Amino acid sequence: MNVVVCVKQIPDPADPGQLDPETKTLKRDGKLILDESDSYGVEMALQLVDAAGGGEVTLVSMAPNSEVSGLRTALAMGAAKAVLVSDDALAGTDALGTAKVLAKAIERAGSADLILTATESSDGYTGTVPAQLAELLSLPAITFAKEITTDGSTVKVQRQTEAGYDEVESPLPAVVSVTAGVVEPRYPSFKGIMAAKSKPVDEVKVADLGLDAGQVGWAGAGQEIVEVAKAEEREAGTIIEDDGEAFAKIVDFLAELKVI
Amino acid sequence: MPLSKIWVFGEAADGKVSNTTLELLAKARTLADTVEVVTTAGGDIAAEVGAHGAAKVLTIGGTDGKLVGAPVAAAIAAAVQGGSGPDALFIATSYDGRDVAGFLSAKLDAPVITNVVDLVERDGHLAGVEPVFGGTTNVITKFTGDKLPIFLIRPKSFAAEETGGGAAAVEELGGADAAAPAVTNRFVEEKTGPSLDDAAVVVAGGRGLGEKDNYALVEDLAKLLHAAPGASRAIVDAGWVPYSYQVGQTGKVVKPTVYIAAGISGATQHLVGMKGSKNIIAINKDPEAPIFSVADLGIVGDVHKVMPKLIEALKSR
Repeated sequence: MNVVVCVKQIPDPADPGQLDPETKTLKRDGKLILDESDSYGVEMALQLVDAAGGGEVTLVSMAPNSEVSGLRTALAMGAAKAVLVSDDALAGTDALGTAKVLAKAIERAGSADLILTATESSDGYTGTVPAQLAELLSLPAITFAKEITTDGSTVKVQRQTEAGYDEVESPLPAVVSVTAGVVEPRYPSFKGIMAAKSKPVDEVKVADLGLDAGQVGWAGAGQEIVEVAKAEEREAGTIIEDDGEAFAKIVDFLAELKVI
Repeated sequence: MPLSKIWVFGEAADGKVSNTTLELLAKARTLADTVEVVTTAGGDIAAEVGAHGAAKVLTIGGTDGKLVGAPVAAAIAAAVQGGSGPDALFIATSYDGRDVAGFLSAKLDAPVITNVVDLVERDGHLAGVEPVFGGTTNVITKFTGDKLPIFLIRPKSFAAEETGGGAAAVEELGGADAAAPAVTNRFVEEKTGPSLDDAAVVVAGGRGLGEKDNYALVEDLAKLLHAAPGASRAIVDAGWVPYSYQVGQTGKVVKPTVYIAAGISGATQHLVGMKGSKNIIAINKDPEAPIFSVADLGIVGDVHKVMPKLIEALKSR
């Protein structure tokens, strides 16, 4: 069972994000970390490979400046190797362009039985990449997985729905997006961290993937941010320190709003 | 810039059209001469969407027992390539909506503008307004090519409104011949009380509750206020409550009359989903917590002390 996991390395969400004044897109030139949303897919992949009794987990990522720190985190968790697409030509790439790059990188990674992604990244959150990827690879997609089981030829998924969940089944290979929180991502062990340092990361350029530079980056994006404006701010409210009686203020406010 | 025709991807469950579909119809009507609904739900929804301004229901058959993303995208792509497509396509940010948008985008090599909360005109084209950084900033994005403009629009961005129109005409849209994963079983999680979608009051809990058992404080308060219980992503990820409780960027967008945030710091992820609430009450021990920047009434204090007293006070009223 070989599983490819698409992972994104993003600016630390704990730091306030900034838009580049020139391009009006999120600045990504600082240190990047593994998107927490992707740690669930990595964990799921490791568990599926374990359950299958063989095979390996390969990471696929696209990032500026040959960034590998997020990849090392996932390698330390137990992934075997990674393909990293890093190229100045990728700046400004939108979700569809990202899917094109990842599709080629997945083909380069070797034959995969299953391709896992998060449902959306924590910084761009378009949530369209899993289905775009599936279409580009001519594979079925099952999105929003809560639970995944497979016998090696079929995958069964509990898919989150508005009302609860559906049981969904598809032949492999397939693209499955994993809902955050459905597994407990393991902490890398010291041994894992040491081993990750020497695991292979195959770094490639856009041209190595047989993609035309015009399909990615600003040129390929097909959309453009024309305006950035401060959103309407809420009027400042009343903030009080609890002196043991603050609950009464809430009761008064609720009464004033006529909800009690 | 009135467009000639907008298609709305119409979603329905048990014959009832989703609120978000009706919201998108209301907005589409203000932007185009003709609004039509593309759906796998069949012609039965013609009366309801007609009453909300749709002229036509284009039904896509053969998707029973399958995931709809790939087949719906195939049918729309066939229409677009055959020259009978719309000038723009509106899709709700839902589970199936995102699948349709993703498949269609790759099929047509057309980008998608996502997380849209409003639509405006820029340079003679329809452009999307999207909140970033927890809704403190809006960006306006337009398409630069000549592909079908696909907009993924957030729930509760517009108010649904009836027009008094008659039932929409029903036509079949062919071309949905795409393989898709089989849905073998459907499970409905029983939730009692009001739903996050339409409750007048929402009480949500976060990591500040400390441990899973303390979520009972949220549930108790919610019961007293006939409110829907909600949660931040942090405690959903931690497994305290199911994903269906999640309020935020991922999860539900809510706009109740009163939103009570207990032990929620107010990460961007969360603010986006609740900032539109009419009144916000926040309880958090960190005075610097971003949740206070949107709170009408903020209590800097310990949820474990404030909540039980509040619950007692409400019980004795």
